Amino acid sequence: MERIEILEMKDITKSFIGVKANQDVNLVIEKGDILGLLGENGAGKTTLMNVLYGLYHPDKGHIIVNGKPLYLRSPKDSMKAGIGMIHQHFMLVQKHTVLENIALGFDEAPFFFPQRYMRKQIEEYSQKFGLNVDPNKKIWELSAGEQQRVEILKTLIRNADLLIMDEPTSVLTPQEAEELFDILRKMINNGHSVILISHKLEEITSICNRVMVMRKGKVTGTALIKDVSKVDLARMMIGRELSGSLEKKEVKPGKPMLEVSNLSVNSDQGLPIVQNLGFNVLWGEIFGIAGVSGNGQREMVEAITGLRKSVTGSVSLEGKDITNLTARDIHNRGISHVPEERIKFGTVANLPFFENSVLKKHHKTPFSNRMLMNYPNIRDHAKNLVAKYNVDAASISVPVKNLSGGNIQKLILGREISSEPNLLIAAHPTYGLDVGAAEFIRKELINCRDRGGSVLLVSEDLEELFQVCDRIAVMFEGRIMGIVDPNNCNIDGIGLMMAGLEQQNQGENI
Amino acid sequence: MSFVIIPREKATPLLNFMILISSLCAGLLAVGIVFLLKGVNPFFAIHEIFRASFGSFFGFKETLTKAVPLILIGSGLALAYKAKFWNIGAESQLLVGAIFGTWIGLNWGPSLPGFIILPLMFAGGFIGGGLWGLLPAIFKIKFGINEVISTLMLNYIAAEFVKFLVVGPWKGKTKYGYPYTDDLPAQAVLQHMGNSRVSLVLIILAVCVALFLAFLVFRTRFGYEIRVIGENPEAARYAGINFFRTTLIMMFIGGGVAGLAGVGELSSIHLHLSYPETISAGYGFTAIIVAWLGRLHPGFTIFSGLFFAGIIVGGDAIQMSMGMPATTVNVFNGLILIFLIMGDFFINHKVRYQRRVS
Ligand SMILES: Nc1ncnc2c1ncn2[C@@H]1O[C@H](COP(=O)(O)OP(=O)(O)OP(=O)(O)O)[C@@H](O)[C@H]1O
Ligand SMILES: [Mg+2]
Repeated sequence: MERIEILEMKDITKSFIGVKANQDVNLVIEKGDILGLLGENGAGKTTLMNVLYGLYHPDKGHIIVNGKPLYLRSPKDSMKAGIGMIHQHFMLVQKHTVLENIALGFDEAPFFFPQRYMRKQIEEYSQKFGLNVDPNKKIWELSAGEQQRVEILKTLIRNADLLIMDEPTSVLTPQEAEELFDILRKMINNGHSVILISHKLEEITSICNRVMVMRKGKVTGTALIKDVSKVDLARMMIGRELSGSLEKKEVKPGKPMLEVSNLSVNSDQGLPIVQNLGFNVLWGEIFGIAGVSGNGQREMVEAITGLRKSVTGSVSLEGKDITNLTARDIHNRGISHVPEERIKFGTVANLPFFENSVLKKHHKTPFSNRMLMNYPNIRDHAKNLVAKYNVDAASISVPVKNLSGGNIQKLILGREISSEPNLLIAAHPTYGLDVGAAEFIRKELINCRDRGGSVLLVSEDLEELFQVCDRIAVMFEGRIMGIVDPNNCNIDGIGLMMAGLEQQNQGENI
Repeated sequence: MSFVIIPREKATPLLNFMILISSLCAGLLAVGIVFLLKGVNPFFAIHEIFRASFGSFFGFKETLTKAVPLILIGSGLALAYKAKFWNIGAESQLLVGAIFGTWIGLNWGPSLPGFIILPLMFAGGFIGGGLWGLLPAIFKIKFGINEVISTLMLNYIAAEFVKFLVVGPWKGKTKYGYPYTDDLPAQAVLQHMGNSRVSLVLIILAVCVALFLAFLVFRTRFGYEIRVIGENPEAARYAGINFFRTTLIMMFIGGGVAGLAGVGELSSIHLHLSYPETISAGYGFTAIIVAWLGRLHPGFTIFSGLFFAGIIVGGDAIQMSMGMPATTVNVFNGLILIFLIMGDFFINHKVRYQRRVS
């Protein structure tokens, strides 16, 4: 098969009801390129890539490969043409093995002994690109990074020349992201090309050789990476400069808001994943939990918010015991929660925006009384969220599944923050947000603290933690390795604690 | 040159409606082919069906009679299907409702006036059907038993139990060995309009129930929670929705309205409990199609229920006048359901005619 030397998208226009997602977009990518695709939430990046992958049909415009037009009727056609795409949400069958997932829908395996053939293919490609995965493991046993490698293998074995990755690093730990970049470098050395969507400017500048920026469905610029700085990119993206530093009021932290002591929690597989954990979050403080994800943060948060039963230990809010109460009780006592897997937990894709805007508070006034929903109030609330959090939605009646990834997130964040909780628990709140929106959310977290509430912020982004937190605890293998003051500590020490190599104290066991 | 199938990102209400109508027409066309194969002029046959059910006063009265149970059950099924609870046991929920209604009517009927005994019978039927509907809900949530299997199996249990009652302990003393219970006392019987079998009370009840359920689904907190559970159970958990309680209430209501249909059939048409096939002409199953044709909107089942009632009546008519086999109506229903489901495909996809270049 002919390899992709140069691929062009010409004048691509695609609109949905009420939105022009792409307007006359032109894109060129050549063999060996890693093209960064940047843009605000809702700028139309995912839509453009779905057009290239054959999932959406453009209203206008066409695709040209090596000078010849390419018509895509479905992803099958694009795969045949050598285009592969990895969506932000992996499309793997959890209960099947790696091998079975890769073989799924693969037509070229021989009729006899397909297993043997597939295994050979997997070995060959794993070696060539440094993609280590065990073909016999079940998908649910794998970390996000490993699952992503399976997705990459899957596309490579199908002969993908051009790999599209939609926000690949938002689910990865920093180390995993580094590994991913090594793989991508190997791929371009082999004559592949990559389109990478990301909101992280450092990533774009460190791995891409070209960058294209979109705003409101249009291209606002393309450049070689060596010609632009991060500040330029940010300006092209959001049309203004970032303010940079964040103002924080002096707040004297008060009594404990949340007290967690001796908490132990089991994972989905029934293994202990949080062990004898203890810490306090005070009134008027932002308490950060740093650590590589997968070290029990998610399970800890679920135990505090009532989504998972704890095995031992206690959790109390303002001195009152809330251990193992139901999710609704805990919410009613003033804890809001921005979940980690927000699309899966935090929204109902097929229900309209306004109904999603009250999920979890739908049982409270003014949104409903004991029996009836008050839809006029709910709609007003939704309109306020759209205005205040700058959500890009065609109307408040569209199903949430039609929103872009970052806008779904703004919806959830807005919903949870706007209820002015006493304690806001936010896991990775700025994942998938563009830099402007991320800055806004950080400000909102600080506002929450400044009016006397508390925030428990779980994040992997050290920069973010240092910007907003008053204290940072480092979590490793379900335990707290130490608690530090961000104004007065060195990053290397935190790095060591995150890797489990150094321990300060056992947290606060009360 | 080829046709290509591509996913559709937008479906306007008008489009939905057009697709609905087209699938109905396509279904009728397929039915027409069946008639053709039997050597019957399909236009004439289909014309006959609708003339018999909607075109004549006599037929329309029959259609109304049969629409009542379909609307009652169909709206309850729409409620359950909104929560993605695949209840196919409405047939048995109807029967258990009829059992409760019979017991109350026979035992308390003779000593109470009509305006007390009839509401009591309906309340009893609602509770009976509701309790029977609770079983699969409990099985599903507490033991993880698939509701399709359990509701299907419960149909057999209820049917056999009715047979046991009418040939055994409840066999009527006045019925000369027939497998019937005694007739309900006169005050426990619903009045008909004129010389038809139509009960105005039942029609009002069915329409009110359907409208009430529509209100429940789209305007109340309970309905909101049901839709969240159906669309995304994980989000329901996150939102603190009590899965168990909500599903129980939902199935109690869904089974209950099927129970109402059972009492309606009993007190307006049969007047005694008899064999299950007699009490319900497969309404519990036909109502599945009614719910589907009504797009799982309880209010719309008023129309879809009427439509299918018409087909049943029309089917009976051509069966007699043209000598078509008794199963014609089933073929009719089956084909229409298939085409409706195929229509859903066009709501989610579109077909384009594209010239292949290269
Ligand atoms: N299937 C759809 N139906 C209707 N509107 C849609 C659909 N998909 C996307 N949109 C709209 O098109 C616009 C662009 O969305 P897109 O997902 O391409 O944004 P994005 O650049 O990927 O943003 P993000 O960074 O938030 O993921 C948004 O306004 C979105 O609401
Ligand atoms: Mg996107």
